[in-house]
Amino acid sequence: MSFLQLSNVTKFYGSTCAVSAMNLTVEKGEFVSLLGPSGCGKTTTLQMVAGFEAVSSGRITLDGRDITEAKANTRGLGIVFQTYALFPHMSVADNVSFGLEMRKMHKTERSERVKQALALVHLEAHASRYPRELSGGQRQRVALARALVIEPPVLLLDEPLSNLDAKLREEMQFELRKIQRKVGTTTVMVTHDQSEAMSISDRVVVMEAGCATQIDHPHQVYEHPRTRFISTFVGKANLLTGQVLATGAQFRVKLGHVEVAVDDVGFRHGAMVLLSVRPEKMQLCETGQGRLDGMVRERFFLGSQWLFAVTTELGELTVLCPNDGRPALEEGHAVGIDWPTHCTRLLPADEVALTPLVSA
Amino acid sequence: MSHSRPLTPWWLTAPAFLLFTCLLLVPLLLTAVLSFNAYDPVTGVKAGEFTLEHYAHVFTDDYYYGIFWRTFWISGLVTLICIAVGAPEAYILSRMGKPWRSILLLVVLAPLLVSVVVRAFGWSLLLGPEGLVNGCLKLIGLQPVRMLYTEIAVVVALVHVMLPFMVIPVWTSLQKLDHGVENAALSLGASPFTTLRRIVLPQVLPGILSGSLIVFGLAASAFAIPGLLGGRRLKMVATVVYDEYLHELNWPLGAAIALILLVANLVVMLSYNRLLEGRYKKSLV
Repeated sequence: MSFLQLSNVTKFYGSTCAVSAMNLTVEKGEFVSLLGPSGCGKTTTLQMVAGFEAVSSGRITLDGRDITEAKANTRGLGIVFQTYALFPHMSVADNVSFGLEMRKMHKTERSERVKQALALVHLEAHASRYPRELSGGQRQRVALARALVIEPPVLLLDEPLSNLDAKLREEMQFELRKIQRKVGTTTVMVTHDQSEAMSISDRVVVMEAGCATQIDHPHQVYEHPRTRFISTFVGKANLLTGQVLATGAQFRVKLGHVEVAVDDVGFRHGAMVLLSVRPEKMQLCETGQGRLDGMVRERFFLGSQWLFAVTTELGELTVLCPNDGRPALEEGHAVGIDWPTHCTRLLPADEVALTPLVSA
Repeated sequence: MSHSRPLTPWWLTAPAFLLFTCLLLVPLLLTAVLSFNAYDPVTGVKAGEFTLEHYAHVFTDDYYYGIFWRTFWISGLVTLICIAVGAPEAYILSRMGKPWRSILLLVVLAPLLVSVVVRAFGWSLLLGPEGLVNGCLKLIGLQPVRMLYTEIAVVVALVHVMLPFMVIPVWTSLQKLDHGVENAALSLGASPFTTLRRIVLPQVLPGILSGSLIVFGLAASAFAIPGLLGGRRLKMVATVVYDEYLHELNWPLGAAIALILLVANLVVMLSYNRLLEGRYKKSLV
């Protein structure tokens, strides 16, 4: 029996289905992210686990206890809200202490625990400040300390980093992971930022229109996306429509006039597929040396990388090259594009695409 | 341009400044001067002759103490009832759905849209000896209660019209409240009541404070409702001032009472403000 379990959890708002038959098991100490675009039902799922939204059907169990109908204030979960939701009229220490006070803990033990929690998030020096006197990152850490001090069985994070600026967000990602490892609290995080989900979670649940479409380790989600949506939502991908040609044990995909070799991925001869290659898996080479020839239409300097938009007979492809110090190809330059066979992924061609799609 | 710039704020505030000077400061000053003028029942106000007699008269006569005391306890009671009714009302309103919220807010504001005279006569119809309330009491077998021309009628009618002045400031401070804060308290194990008391109430306190000041100030200087529903014998300060001016024609005494009311009101409101605001100044801006 896993620690937190969602079985067939469904949420209807009137006749609109926000979450449909969601199944998820979270093991003790695990860090799981619910990842998806806005409106995919990830926040609703979290709200149902927290007890702020009623479950239309299905069950939620925590450590063997059915909490589907339990009131929010009896679940004992730690929650960090997107807006932090700190109590503005209380000092930092009082904010953190509130949950312990509700548990009728003795004053001396309480202040000891508050001190520890604030030390965990490096805010000992700010205990007597008020939330409005703190920066965004500090507020976020107070919210985290307030949620963790009650030693909850599960920590729920609702887009915890979305209100921080880019640099701080990156710092806090690793800080969050470090703290979670240290305390060992089972954590469920909601986010729309794929890099955030990838970098800190043990497992990622990709959600799309109320359904969990893939539940896997971050690396697996990135390298083996199960749908076209995931391959473009998690990272970038060059998608090309083609037809599988099988000759014995050899598989090839026919893309227009070009045929490219692929690994056996379980499609029959003649099946329509989407061939997906990540931009960073592609290399630019001399014309005629690669699988495709094209011309650099535009290039963008990203600091550590160069991003090339290359026009080929199959449409425009995106290629990411590391900035290794060599001069980058000029716009208008003819190039060849190559990629290792094991880096191609085949997806069922659920939607017919006439032109190759490059999505971020 | 740099030369004329410091003048701009003066020009912009000039209309308001002029309005306040002409319509508030000057009459107030004239009233203050009048309150020190000597008065003779036969010849009237003696211009140029000054005395403290009127103030001495008010401060030595128990009759006036009674009236001031009644005015302030009625205002205090009205304020308390407005807090008890208005603050929860504002909270419930703020949690309501779309169409009902605006409709019920309009209902709350309705007393302000009805003329004070019509409103007062409405209450006298309801509260009179043969009125609806006593009719209902009779129906369930109770003795009729004398309400009209007593403090009850004045308090009821004042609460009715003052309620919007409590609901609106509390409503405004509730708008600033992040609803996540309530969920946060619940998630930390607080009961809904504790959440309301420890989390919501302290945050709407500034609204309750300003609402109380408005309600108390308006109730203490209310004239029409005590005049119409309190009757001739149940006097409040504003009605006494009116009587002194128009019936006794003792303008200086009326002016003195009006100024004492103004000062007393200021003292009560400022100390109340200090008491409450001082406690929450640190945490709430």
